[in-house]
Amino acid sequence: MINPTEYLPKSYRARLSTYWWLTSWAYLKFILREGSAVFVAWAVIVTLLQIHALRGGPEDYAEFQNWLRNPVVLAVNVVSLLFIIFHAVTWFNLAPKAMAVRVGGKRLPNLAISGPNYVAWAVISAAVAWIVLRG
Amino acid sequence: MANRITLEVTRYNPAHDEKPKFESYEVPLRKEWVVLDALNYIKDHLDGSLTFRWSCRMGVCGSCGMTVNGVPKLTCATFLSDYAPGPVRVEPMKNFPVLRDLVVDTSDFLVKLAKSKPWIIRKVEKPLDEEYLQTPEQLDAYKQFSMCINCMLCYAACPVYGLDPLFSGPAAIALAQRYNLDSRDQGASERMDILSQHDGIWGCTFVGECTEVCPKKVDPAGAIQQYKLTATMEWVKSLVLPRGAE
Repeated sequence: MINPTEYLPKSYRARLSTYWWLTSWAYLKFILREGSAVFVAWAVIVTLLQIHALRGGPEDYAEFQNWLRNPVVLAVNVVSLLFIIFHAVTWFNLAPKAMAVRVGGKRLPNLAISGPNYVAWAVISAAVAWIVLRG
Repeated sequence: MANRITLEVTRYNPAHDEKPKFESYEVPLRKEWVVLDALNYIKDHLDGSLTFRWSCRMGVCGSCGMTVNGVPKLTCATFLSDYAPGPVRVEPMKNFPVLRDLVVDTSDFLVKLAKSKPWIIRKVEKPLDEEYLQTPEQLDAYKQFSMCINCMLCYAACPVYGLDPLFSGPAAIALAQRYNLDSRDQGASERMDILSQHDGIWGCTFVGECTEVCPKKVDPAGAIQQYKLTATMEWVKSLVLPRGAE
């Protein structure tokens, strides 16, 4: 840093506001993206509770399903689903930036890296849905 | 289109101001004028004490970076007519100490840039009459990152740099990566020791604003994430092959 001298007494350092992330849409999207990790963790907890209920037997599982139907829990889960989709979409769209894959000297287009991720997501989701819903 | 536009410009004299304030100036609104033209008009006709940096006025020197309506921009590449009817707010670049008016202290960036060792490092020098040959594909591997003009708009846009002054920052890491990917360079491990620290590449949380504001399309965010991947692979290799296989 430049030290104060006779001709340059001081400089002005603006403090970054605690609400810096509200000053632009891009910053807000970033904070929401990072915050979506909380909802991913919640989804993991719900899944663990579901597995625990499955091990408990039919009554335990029915209690779990009733808990899921509670309006507050339902609302939280709907919001979680939206955030998880946001999390996945932003993740897949950012992945090509981190991987500069070159084939024959030219860099692969972004869709070549994000595309397979989306396809895998769709295929696995379809498979899980088929397993869960057919019974 | 009206023929005048108002600029609200930061004024700060460290000798007698506690903090910066805004002053309004009305300048002509010419179709081909950029914000830098307006600032030069103010200095030539309205207030000769206005202080700001500029040089090439064509977007290659990186001197004229400032905050225009809240966004880091090169004022020589920002058209005044895009902001009509105005007013246009011109402030010094964010995240740097303000020395006077629109001039900021950039010494922090220069220190961090030097830490990235932005030069070709050779373990074994070739004799003077032998060239370092490079194919177009090898050039392509790092060319994008070599376009950096050190304008520091990426530092102004980076919230991590604003919150943590120890963070190396986008341009310093992108330039390190430019040399790491250069086929003539043998200094990747030297740079890795310095940059793969908590405030080196790992300070970055991939906000991505640096890439958005870069006037030369360097994509520093991409460079940093690629560097993170490389650093992680090097760490895994160091666990599996402790004595290393070059």
